[in-house]
Amino acid sequence: MLNFELSQEQLEIYNEALKFSKNEIAPKASEFDEKAEMPFEIFKKAWELGFYNTCIPTEFGGSGLTTLDSVLISEAFAYSCMGMNTSIMANDLALLPIVIGGSEEQKKKYLTPFTEEFKVASFCLTEPESGSDAASIKTTLKEKDDHFLLNGNKMWITNAGYADLYVVYATVDPQLGHSGITACVLEKGAEGIEVGLPEKKMGHCSSDTRALTFNNVKVPKENIIGGVGQGWKLAMKTLDHSRPLVASSAVGGAQAAFDHALKYANERKQFGKPLAKHQAIQFMLADMGIKVENARNLVHKAAWLLDQGKRNTKIASFAKAYSADICMEVATDAVQIYGGYGYSKEYPVEKIMRDAKLIQIYEGTSQIQKLVIARELNSSI
Amino acid sequence: MKIFVCVKQVPDTETKITPKGDGTFIETNSIKWIMNPYDEFAVEQALLVKAANAGSTVTVVRVGGVKDTEALRTALAMGADDSILVEAEDNLDSYMTAKALKGAIEKSGNSPDLILAGKQAIDDDCSQVPQLLAQMMNLPSVSVVVGFEQNGDTLTLKREVEGGAIEVYEVNKPCVVACNKGLNTPRYASLPGIMKAKRKPLEKYSLADVGVTAEDQRLKYSEFKLPEEKPPGKKFDALEEDKQASIVKEVVGLLRTEAKVI
Ligand SMILES: Cc1cc2nc3c(=O)[nH]c(=O)nc-3n(C[C@H](O)[C@H](O)[C@H](O)COP(=O)(O)OP(=O)(O)OC[C@H]3O[C@@H](n4cnc5c(N)ncnc54)[C@H](O)[C@@H]3O)c2cc1C
Repeated sequence: MLNFELSQEQLEIYNEALKFSKNEIAPKASEFDEKAEMPFEIFKKAWELGFYNTCIPTEFGGSGLTTLDSVLISEAFAYSCMGMNTSIMANDLALLPIVIGGSEEQKKKYLTPFTEEFKVASFCLTEPESGSDAASIKTTLKEKDDHFLLNGNKMWITNAGYADLYVVYATVDPQLGHSGITACVLEKGAEGIEVGLPEKKMGHCSSDTRALTFNNVKVPKENIIGGVGQGWKLAMKTLDHSRPLVASSAVGGAQAAFDHALKYANERKQFGKPLAKHQAIQFMLADMGIKVENARNLVHKAAWLLDQGKRNTKIASFAKAYSADICMEVATDAVQIYGGYGYSKEYPVEKIMRDAKLIQIYEGTSQIQKLVIARELNSSI
Repeated sequence: MKIFVCVKQVPDTETKITPKGDGTFIETNSIKWIMNPYDEFAVEQALLVKAANAGSTVTVVRVGGVKDTEALRTALAMGADDSILVEAEDNLDSYMTAKALKGAIEKSGNSPDLILAGKQAIDDDCSQVPQLLAQMMNLPSVSVVVGFEQNGDTLTLKREVEGGAIEVYEVNKPCVVACNKGLNTPRYASLPGIMKAKRKPLEKYSLADVGVTAEDQRLKYSEFKLPEEKPPGKKFDALEEDKQASIVKEVVGLLRTEAKVI
């Protein structure tokens, strides 16, 4: 039964996404990186072709893609720009809690509009004082009459400046720890949402990142997703789905760095022969190839497990930690192979190296992935 | 309108080509196939014409190997309605290919109002099939088309000629139109398009089914090989003045005898 070939349809999805990526994203990647702006025209085109919001089920207007299908798109897009792909993936990250834990009405109300019109969403978990230790969030939801009031600060929120919809994690009582955490949906323009200035970042500059402040934002009870106190479980399940996507983005970035380096090493001559004929460079290229292939296999397995309805927490963290780390390594080696040219913005590997770093940090740092893995390992004894 | 589009599957432009050991063709085992880029303009044009003429259908026809059907699936995912594959080797000559296309179109039972194709295939660059097909079907044809306008049964076609000049033709349907870059912007296949494509019909014919026999072969390929690698350029050191006269003489001599350019 074991089969390493994608289905005909999956190959077509990947090829078409890669064609879009190379024709539409790649020529604009460094321009938008430099301007630090979101490329809405490209995003809208990708949305029109159905490459957006891949998690929405067909009942609510989505394309009904499997997780494996969606990681293929993520890899293809990231191949040309991990930064743009971050903004695209953030939509899925925000919509997934609704897909996983939302009621029928919530799904109809919040998911379907994303299939009818290009829209942007934000997933709001991290706070200034709560990153890796996400259960320590201080943003509060306090019941008042027939609704809740939301108060607190969020940090590093992707898409925040343009979001039509926010999925916000807060606690109904910080004393309760995990079991106080509750997720809710807010729509653009809700009174009391204050959006910060764009963060100036090392990479992923074509993706908008900002702080958010909530001042007594009124949250109707029907906006709570999955019930009061269910937020932590929901966030963990969301991450099981989104980690393969993020890991796949790293695979795309690593593959791009590797392809550039391989080509360059065969063109550039030093000491009378191409770099690729020097054994030390050959060993670097061989290691890069091994890493990219390994990472992709892990990502596909993490996605496949989910599609089989199987628990993927450990493998998804394997995939996220490994892909992010090798993306950074492969990008660094690609810059090394390019030498001085690699350090220049005139060549593509400099940006890949800057972009690679973030994947080791967001959606659970590489260290946090290892904590998750260790917990999974130890609990199996 | 019944619109037919002839598409060829060619090696991806980034593919590294290796000739077969016996020289009869190239190794096709590890090739990534794509739709011939000029054919994408033909498919796009067919879809535009279909959209402007309610009730039209677009059928894509390909002659070639069965292992991968990339080109046909891409056309279906872009929005064509159905497809025909004439199973054959991937290196039929232009005459056989045109005859097979004619046979397939006739066998489909639909009489064509318009046949579109790319102006040439980027693998063998023959630029013959659309004209041969038109001749065999007794239809008018215009090639290297960069402008397309329809007025009822009449088409106004713009054709690019050497030097960038444009010729304008008025042609009545049915006819064969061979498309060039610049005619339109081919659409991407959308995800829903890709999902729908797998349920669209693919008819398969053999060469015999479409009336092509070994007798139709006009060309025999015998020696596929890569172009010879160019030798590196020669360098002459003419910095010292007293050497210059003799070096100029040497260079001129080599341009005459070796490079044969003067
Ligand atoms: C560009 C960008 C976009 C982002 N987008 C979003 C978004 O859309 N939504 C959202 O909610 N968040 C988002 N984030 C936040 C991101 O998920 C956090 O930055 C990340 O979880 C790490 O948290 P922190 O920055 O507070 O680092 P900290 O948690 O302070 O960690 C600092 C360092 O300590 C290590 N560390 C922490 N705890 C441990 C431990 N127990 N054992 C070992 N090592 C440990 C970490 O691995 C890290 O190396 C984004 C961040 C960035 C930079």
